[in-house]
Amino acid sequence: MISALWVMVGISLLLGAVLGFSAIKFKVEGNPLVEKIDAVLPQTQCGQCGYPGCKPYAEAIAKGEAGINKCPPGGDEGIHKLADLLGVEYVPFGEGTAPKPKAVAFIDEQTCIGCTLCLQACPVDAIVGAAKQMHTIIAAECTGCELCIAPCPVDCISMLPLGEDISSWKWQYPTIPLVQVAAQ
Amino acid sequence: MRPLFKFHGGVHPPTHKAESTGRPIAQAALPSKLVIPLHQHVGNRAVPVVQVGERVLKGQVIGRPEGRLSSAVHASTSGTVSAIDMQLVAHQSGLPDLCITLIPDGKDEWIAHSGVDYRQTAHTDLRHLLRQAGVVGLGGAVFPSDMKSYSHKHQIRTLVINGAECEPYITCDDMLMRERAGDILRGAEVLRELLYAEEVLIGIEDNKPEAIAAMQQAVLEDKHAHMEVIAVPTLYPGGGAKQLIRVLTGIEVAAGVRSTEMGVQCFNVATAYCVWRAIAFGEPLLSRIVTVTGNVEHAQNFEVLLGTPVDELVAQAGSKPDTERHIMGGPMMGVDLPSGSVGVTKATNCIIEASSRLFPPPPPALPCIRCTRCADVCPAELQPQDLYWFAKARDFGKAQEYHLFDCIECGACAYVCPSHIPLVQYYRFAKSEIWQREREAQAAELARERHEFRLMRIEREKQEKAERLAQKEKAALAAKASAPAPNPEPAIAAAPATADPDDTLQMRIDAAVARAKEQAAAAQPKNTDALTAEQQAEIDAIEARRAKIREMAAHAGADDEPPKSNQG
Repeated sequence: MISALWVMVGISLLLGAVLGFSAIKFKVEGNPLVEKIDAVLPQTQCGQCGYPGCKPYAEAIAKGEAGINKCPPGGDEGIHKLADLLGVEYVPFGEGTAPKPKAVAFIDEQTCIGCTLCLQACPVDAIVGAAKQMHTIIAAECTGCELCIAPCPVDCISMLPLGEDISSWKWQYPTIPLVQVAAQ
Repeated sequence: MRPLFKFHGGVHPPTHKAESTGRPIAQAALPSKLVIPLHQHVGNRAVPVVQVGERVLKGQVIGRPEGRLSSAVHASTSGTVSAIDMQLVAHQSGLPDLCITLIPDGKDEWIAHSGVDYRQTAHTDLRHLLRQAGVVGLGGAVFPSDMKSYSHKHQIRTLVINGAECEPYITCDDMLMRERAGDILRGAEVLRELLYAEEVLIGIEDNKPEAIAAMQQAVLEDKHAHMEVIAVPTLYPGGGAKQLIRVLTGIEVAAGVRSTEMGVQCFNVATAYCVWRAIAFGEPLLSRIVTVTGNVEHAQNFEVLLGTPVDELVAQAGSKPDTERHIMGGPMMGVDLPSGSVGVTKATNCIIEASSRLFPPPPPALPCIRCTRCADVCPAELQPQDLYWFAKARDFGKAQEYHLFDCIECGACAYVCPSHIPLVQYYRFAKSEIWQREREAQAAELARERHEFRLMRIEREKQEKAERLAQKEKAALAAKASAPAPNPEPAIAAAPATADPDDTLQMRIDAAVARAKEQAAAAQPKNTDALTAEQQAEIDAIEARRAKIREMAAHAGADDEPPKSNQG
């Protein structure tokens, strides 16, 4: 009876030690869920979700602090992906947070005074310029976050919608055109 | 007799080739203008090197290749550049692209050009010549030939010259082989030399007996060793590169593998012909053979200058008035042209004039009944019905898993579909969606990297600044401690030596402000010294106005209104 008790105590101590050791040895740095959510987000770093970038928003979603429908650049598809990833219900966009067509910022170089305020606002360093030198946008790296528009003291930045050209053109989903064959 | 192999599936659509093989290749008339797109090949768009208004000669480079994968574009005849702008091009999107518009002067004056002896020329120079001559694959893929004509990684054993021309209606390769077999074979010899290939297999479908005879005759006449003309069974899409390689050599090119890795390279007959003209005569790719057929009075093959507007070309074959659209390519894989004003490009092998009598609109698509006839005919051995299902459901990941990108869009599946489902449209839709997603994912990855780097940089700059300040502070304190100042300012002298950095910082700021004030006081305005009475009066008047405005502003401020100008 006593020996059986000792055996049980021994086993529990041993297993406890193994568990404790592996908890330290195989500790996961950071929350892997955050990385997964961050991978779904469009990385515009625009802050439209109310968080200062995509990573903080991902962290807030992971903690359950933020809804999954706060990212307009990700579009409806982004919400679906997040819902799939997190196993939650799909939530449509709220009022006033509809996605806009893709655009890149453009600096009117006639008006720019070279104040560098937009350089400091750009989350992806996509603006080239220096103090009292004209600034310009690297269009290929602009995410269209619009964060440079507000700080500009002379309102020389505008958003140009990205048009479709031959290289970005897509085949459309096949549809059958409806034809009215007879008047009612 | 060489043993031939079979590829999976295939269909036998009516060929309609006899219509356009009755007449020899005709030289198309010089058009009123040439609209030459700068992007007629796979890879980067060529960069224009001429100015509007400039006179150019036939064969002059008007677009230079940009980057590694690109090709040159030339003036097809002599004339004047009238515009370099965005124009509609022969592309299914109906979107404009950069084109050079050339008004021919009718003289057809060549630029100085000469060929080289390919046996005496280094291979790199030959490839450079091909690139500068704008030679690209004329079978339809328009891949730059200089990039295809070497293989540093894999030993090429077999060079396949593709004269199968399996698509209905198209006869441009057939006529080229009948009339210019010698030059095709010489071009093939150059390509064989470039690739160090051991044998050249020329595959021609057995519904072209005249072409086969002409090519065999040319092989014998010119005593080409290692060359064999082989008749292959007529079966669509036997002219697909992978399918022809399978039939001729028995080699099955696996998914995601290039044929060069299996020791085989494939070129179209028209490409081989252009290679010979470029190397032996220095003639760049300025024209190509185009079949004009369908709803026309007399279907025929024309040698057409690149850039010739399609309207002017089809008029020469007598396009009938009830023509509704122009199809570029064949009825199986061709695309509708957005307009008749677009110029003929290097990819234009055939123009089919389509009317609803000749090509009645397809009956409405019915639901898929999973009969799997499409799977039976698929030459890539895919499961088209599953791909259709995934594309329709926008389940692109699954479509890729089922090897969507091995689909060659031959249209055999749609041809046999009893429900008339436009299957290829679904595959094209799915492919372009996947490409779009890949582009977006790349952009997101780039943005993430740049954002993280920026955060890191800001943090680093902050640290560096703090370190610099701390060091300066230390140095200043050390200097003070070692040498007592001769006339210490009271504020600083009062500071204990062990003052914490914040205090010293504040003191220094105060001192700087005091210095600035002193300097400002010392610098008197110099333009108010010797004033005339008139100037003094003016200054007084201005001062009075200022005082008035200040009063008004103060008054407005009291009314809780910001001061405004009269216009505001």
